[in-house]
This record gives sequence, structure tokens and C-alpha cells, in this order.
Amino acid sequence: MSTIVLMTVTGLGLAALYFLVASGLSLVFGLADVLNFAHGLFLSVGAYATWWAAGNLPGAGPDGWGFVLAVAFGVLAGTVVAALVELVMIRPLYSRTIEQVLVTVGLSLAGVAALQAGFGADPRPFPRPSWTQQVVTMAGARVPLDRLLLIVAAVAVLGALLAFLRWTRYGLIIRAGVENREMVTALGIDVRKAFTLVFAIGGAAAALAGALSGVYFGSVSPTSGASLLIFAFIVVVIGGMGSVLGSAVAAVAVGLLQQFVNYYGTSGAGDICVVALLAVVLLWRPAGLAGKAATA
Amino acid sequence: MAERAGEPHHDGTVTAGERVGETGATNPDGAVAAAERISGPQTADAGTASLLQVADLSVRIAGLHILQGVSFEVAASGVTVLLGRNGVGKSTTLRAILGLTPRNGTATGSVRLGGEEILGRPTHALVKAGLGFVPEDRCVFGGLTVAENLRLAERTDSPDYDLVFSLFPELSKRAKQRAGSLSGGQQQMLSLGRVLLNHNRLLLIDEPTKGLAPKVVTEVAEALERAAQAVPVLLVEQNLAVVRRLAGDAVVIAAGQVAWTGPGEQLLADPALTKSLLAVNAAGGH
Repeated sequence: MSTIVLMTVTGLGLAALYFLVASGLSLVFGLADVLNFAHGLFLSVGAYATWWAAGNLPGAGPDGWGFVLAVAFGVLAGTVVAALVELVMIRPLYSRTIEQVLVTVGLSLAGVAALQAGFGADPRPFPRPSWTQQVVTMAGARVPLDRLLLIVAAVAVLGALLAFLRWTRYGLIIRAGVENREMVTALGIDVRKAFTLVFAIGGAAAALAGALSGVYFGSVSPTSGASLLIFAFIVVVIGGMGSVLGSAVAAVAVGLLQQFVNYYGTSGAGDICVVALLAVVLLWRPAGLAGKAATA
Repeated sequence: MAERAGEPHHDGTVTAGERVGETGATNPDGAVAAAERISGPQTADAGTASLLQVADLSVRIAGLHILQGVSFEVAASGVTVLLGRNGVGKSTTLRAILGLTPRNGTATGSVRLGGEEILGRPTHALVKAGLGFVPEDRCVFGGLTVAENLRLAERTDSPDYDLVFSLFPELSKRAKQRAGSLSGGQQQMLSLGRVLLNHNRLLLIDEPTKGLAPKVVTEVAEALERAAQAVPVLLVEQNLAVVRRLAGDAVVIAAGQVAWTGPGEQLLADPALTKSLLAVNAAGGH
């Protein structure tokens, strides 16, 4: 029983990381039709910026409010980079899918190379607040606090995103734009502003995932973004393009499946099962669990 | 092919029975030739300023030359109806005016609104400048509620909900319902309501009665009639009973060109002319 509890919490922690990366990816694809292979770069930027800030930024550090400040710096860095990528590289290429894919793939490779040049190719130990390494006892299982931190952060981001989509004017524009972008412009709305915003939001969530993955794995490396991105893409496809809630449900399914199969089966079998789940969902509901809708 | 016209009923109901021919059974070139022979009076009478001038508008999409130098004017009041058989480019004309020509297409020529050239300006800027658009097939946001659809369309600080809800009381009753679960007629009302919330200089309305039940066609026609008292309308419409009720001027497009312009009444009063231009018998009551 305690193993199942531990596996569940660990799977949900992994799901939290997938969700944080996938939610932005999903909104960007749903609204702007951009398949952003550079999304993993935003994660790496967040992770490295947090790591750098904890060591160098005045007031920031590996513990307490200092760590919160370091993470805030990382999230800010990811947000700025994402907005700049949209404005400078994606905006001139809207509706030119092949060029977009080439640019974002190129950017993700160049980004990894730049991080390697700047900080070295080897993983760097990540400054973790000491309390995240403690355990609490839940239903007989000793659960590390870092998993709970991931879950709480992801739930908070999910709630904030849903509230934003539901209650704000830009949220309304994004939900409508995911359905029919042309009609949004035909109501007199410059939908491109919403594209930049969605990129920035996605960048912030991915950067937060970067900082939290540093806490979870204990290190950062230039390629960590790319490996998480693959599963995030799977989560987006399973959940339905443009659906935040769909991404959340799909992330939980993928995280739990991967964790349990990897533990009870042979290691690596979980990853194969995730791909199998993807195939089943695509056959059963080609548009993903939620179809194409930003809220459902 | 086209049936004989459904006469307007004594209570003002119009039926959907009388529609512009859907098959190109007669040679479209014949229609052009007929127009040249008959050539009705031009829309722009000397002295009456027109609001929108379309001149030599050509649209090519994916290699097809859909509009080949279309020129016409839209009066500064009342309803100007754009007529023609299916596929001649009526919707393409509206969409080109609004800057909605697809990426694989080009629109050339000139479109002037109040004397100002607008062809090539971004759609959202044109709509903000007062071109209200009601697309074919309504295009309501199905995942949003009726209230959210309307809220999204607000372009002023004081949107005219009183007008919209007096025209379409149904919309206020169903404010919290998802637009995707509305009937076709209700969706059309929502689509019209989104535009009528705002102050517009010109409404571009594409086939608002398509696929609607006769009772709803009447409701929509009444709403258009009321809206047109306040703002000029360029209307694409296939239902000739609605055209008869609303039309001031008529512009007929055939084979990518303007084949006839003149008062709508004159067009519909001449069965030979309507038949040659629209492949329909329009000998119904008027």
C-alpha cells in the first residue's frame, strides 16, 4: 500500500512537470497553429536562470524567500525569452508552417548549444531548499516534499490559467481564437497581440517547470528541456490542442502510467506504454480528449 | 431547378421557395450578354454620394481568377443587394473588401470607404473603422456562451444591448447557453447581434437566411429591415422574397464580373431579366 501511495505521488509530481510544459504548448498550438519545438528551451532558460540567480542575484539563494526570488527570476527570464521568440522569429512566419518548424527546431538546437557554451555540457547541481528533501508520512508512505511542491505548483497554475481564460477579456479572445481565429479578427480584434501573450504565458509556465525540475532531479543540464518536451507533446496530443484542462487530465494519465509501469514492469516499459496510450487515444478520439476547445 | 416564387403571405411571411438558381444550367456568358443588351440604369446617380466604391476588383485564389475586375458602388443608405448564382464570387467580393482573401490568393483593384482606400488594410482595423461583418454560416463561437459571444464583439464603451435584445429577445433569454447548442436561426440572430451591438458605417452581411426555416427567415428579414434604417447594408442574399422586401439597389455578378446594376425592384419586375441573370423565375408577387 505504501508503495502505491509513493508511486502515485511521484507519478503526479511528474505529471505536474508535464502539465506545466504542455499547457503553454497546447495554447500556442490551439490559438496560433504554431508547433513550437523551441518550447523546451524556455524550460531550460527557466532552470538555468533560477540556478544562476540562486548563486549570484543579491537577495536570492537556495533557501526560503531567497529561493522564491530565484524562481521568480527564472520565470521572468523564461517569459521574456518566449515573448521575444514570438515577436522576432515566429511573427514574420505565421501561416508558413514549414518555415516555422524549421525555425523552432533550429532555435531549440542553437539554444542547447548556447547553454552548453555558457555553462558546460555536464549537469550542474541545483540549489534545492533543504525542506524539499524532507519526507512526510502519508497513508503509511514516506513521501518526499519536493513531489508535493510540484503538485501544488501545477494545481495553482492550472487554477490561475482556467480563471484567466474564463474571466478576462484576453482569456475570452484566446478561447474564441482557438475555435475560429479569422472570425475573431472579423470582430475587430487584433489577434496577434493574444499570440504574444500566449507565448509569454507558455514561457512562464515552462520556466517554472524548469526551476521545479531542478528541485526534483537535483541538477540542471542543457538537454533537460528537450527530453521533457517529448512527453509534453504527447500530453498535448492526448489532451486535445488548445485545451488546458485536457492537458491536465492527459498529464496525470501519462505521469501515472509511466511511473507505475516503469516500477512494476521493466524500466523503460512505461515510456512505451505512454506511446501506446497516445496511439489508442488517436484512434479513439483523433482530436484528443477535449477536442478543440480552450476550456472544456 | 428554380421553382416558381413563393408569394409573400398575407401576414408578411416570406417563404424560402424562391431562390437564385443553384445550378449553372444556362451559359453564364449568356447572362453577361443579356446584361449588355438590357443594361439597367447605373447605381450611382449623379448627385447621390455613395459610401463604398469598388473599382476593378480582381481576386485570384489558388490560380483561379474568381473576380475579374468587379466595379460597383454601395449607397450611403438602405440595402444594396449583391446577387448572382452560386459560386460566382459574391462571398469572395465581401471577403476581399474586408481583407479576408486567403493567403494563397491576391486581391487587386480599389476599394474606397468614404473616399479612403481600404484594400489591403488588416481586417481588424477595418472592422474597428466601422465595417461590420456577418459571415456566411454565422461563425458563432460554439464553445462560448451567448453572452460571451456578444461580450467579445463589443467595440465601444456603450454597446447597444437594448437594440439587440429588442430585435432578438431570444438572445437575452439564452445568455448563459453555449452558442454551439443554439438552433441555426438563433445562431444567425447571435451573429447579427454581435455586429449590431456597435456603431457601424456599413454592414457586410453574407446570406443571412441560408438554411433557415420560413418563420425565422421572416424574423431575420425584419431585423435586417430595422437595422438598415440606421446603417447602410451590403447584402448577399439568394432568397428573392427577402431581396424583394429589402433591396434598394441590386448588383448582379456573373462570370466574375458585374452583369447588371440598378434598382432591385426593376430587376425583380422583369422575369426575362431575372431569368437570364439569375436562372430563376421571379414572377412572384411584389
